[in-house]
Amino acid sequence: MKYTDTGKKDTRSGFGQGLLEAGRADERVLALTADLKGSLKMGAFAKEFPERFIQCGIAEANMVGVAAGLALTGKVPFCGSFAEFITGRVYDQIRQEVAYGKTNVKLASSHAGITLGEDGATHQTMEDIALMRAIPGMTVLVPCDYNQTRQATIAAAKFEGPVYLRFGRPSVPNFTDPDEKFVIGKVYRLTEGSDVTIVCCGHTVWEALIAADTLEARGIHAEVLNAATVKPLDEKAIVESAAKTGAVLVVEEHNMAGGLGEAVAAVLVQHKPVPMRFINGGDRFGQSGTPAVLMEHYGLTAANIEKEALNLLEAGR
Amino acid sequence: MKTIEELSKIASQVRRDIVRMVNAAGCGHPGGSMSSTDILVTLFFNVMKQDPASWKRSAEGQDAFILSAGHLAPVYYSVLARAGYFPKEDLGSLRRFGSKLQGHPSVGLPGVFQPSGSLGQGVAAAAGIALGKKLSGDGNFVYVLCGDGESEEGEIWESATFAAHHGLDNLVAMTDYNHQQIDGSIEDVAGLSSLADRWLAFGWDVIEAEGHDFESIQNAFALAKRQDGKPTMILFNTEMGHGVDFMAGTHEWHGKAPNAEQTAQALAQLEETLGDY
Repeated sequence: MKYTDTGKKDTRSGFGQGLLEAGRADERVLALTADLKGSLKMGAFAKEFPERFIQCGIAEANMVGVAAGLALTGKVPFCGSFAEFITGRVYDQIRQEVAYGKTNVKLASSHAGITLGEDGATHQTMEDIALMRAIPGMTVLVPCDYNQTRQATIAAAKFEGPVYLRFGRPSVPNFTDPDEKFVIGKVYRLTEGSDVTIVCCGHTVWEALIAADTLEARGIHAEVLNAATVKPLDEKAIVESAAKTGAVLVVEEHNMAGGLGEAVAAVLVQHKPVPMRFINGGDRFGQSGTPAVLMEHYGLTAANIEKEALNLLEAGR
Repeated sequence: MKTIEELSKIASQVRRDIVRMVNAAGCGHPGGSMSSTDILVTLFFNVMKQDPASWKRSAEGQDAFILSAGHLAPVYYSVLARAGYFPKEDLGSLRRFGSKLQGHPSVGLPGVFQPSGSLGQGVAAAAGIALGKKLSGDGNFVYVLCGDGESEEGEIWESATFAAHHGLDNLVAMTDYNHQQIDGSIEDVAGLSSLADRWLAFGWDVIEAEGHDFESIQNAFALAKRQDGKPTMILFNTEMGHGVDFMAGTHEWHGKAPNAEQTAQALAQLEETLGDY
């Protein structure tokens, strides 16, 4: 294995650290939350910059509008909540005040997907990427570990325009280069391979890397692409990889409709049609359980990725 | 500063513009535009600190205005044009393909800070601007106009809580209290009772003023700017369709365009004071 887990960490803490560093580098950076300062790991920022931390109370719609107004005064507001409450609950506010209004607002989305765990389906969104992808001009980032989330946060602060930044609750392997600057719009090729391409994002990236390792032991060379920017998607990187491998598997902690899988499929069907498979939540809600049990149940594990990659290659023969 | 007589003349021309624009477009919202005309004329000509000729879309260093009730676009556009933000000849393009005068306010038209149309969102944006100004030490004000029917939206009350909690006394909100919405009176449609009691309960200063009396409007703005640690809501008592007898006081003209005959009838009641566009 080319990558080493340097110790499990939650991606939301990567956001908290990135926010703190972005705040130190640029006094325009503000943090807003709807009563979830602790969950969003905004505590260090709030302690160092109390006047730039804005508690909005449990009122997400207002928070998004306030952020748009702050942006109009030259600030760079990050507004954070759980993924469901910073997307589905406030879709229309994001659409009108942030995206159509072209305000420089960063939507910090924690506890995304099913790995939020025990709280269950009301808090687990598997639809947020679809909602945000559907909005014209929205940039959608789904970094894969603590280091990359920290760097993506710093990059989002420097980027001019609306950004949806998705991360999660559980501690997961931390393996990307801590010093590698995040490039918005880039697909990261984590392993090179000639037999099958595995496109993934977020928590599923580590699982894909393990699957690539076990496939390698079978003599199958998998190319793992970390689509940390889901929109705008790095079409060139995906087409090039598909042309090389001739088979593409897309894995994501999100439902099928409107997710990374459909985004990749839309690119390939136009430019390089190849056999594809998808691992995702399908058309389902989440449910209570530990993150590990839920990842297993929804098939978001290395073992299932390996299995589906083999099925994909078998079907292509 | 314009005299009350001058304001009155501008308002007459703005109401003519509204009737002509909506008639030409074949659709739009004249009723609320005409009930809020005198308020916006006073605000843009005698209250706000802005330089129309050099306006840019940054709320820093100038007063800002947000139209929360975006369907009042006709009056907004006419007042902006008459105040010098863009040529009055553009008013004829309301709702036309390719026009910056979109059916509801859109970024790109000089004077417009934020889009609006989906209701209930303007107070939040205005509160954000107000807070941003406080953080930057910018002593200018932000104004936001809401509809009374719009105040049925829940987000308005989230914003009310937020602005009071953060002591945003550089925020002046206004309600065009004409008691009408598309489906009927606000009392019949939603049981929306005493806006004054509601805003007071949320910790705001509340001023009640007569929205078709320029002296009352000016006094209300002067009082609203006293900055006592609380945001201010000015409830302007108004009449939907004010200025044209057959349009006045009924929800029928909330979102209906006058035909040619009705337009002629209406224009006969509104003096052309500054030259039609």
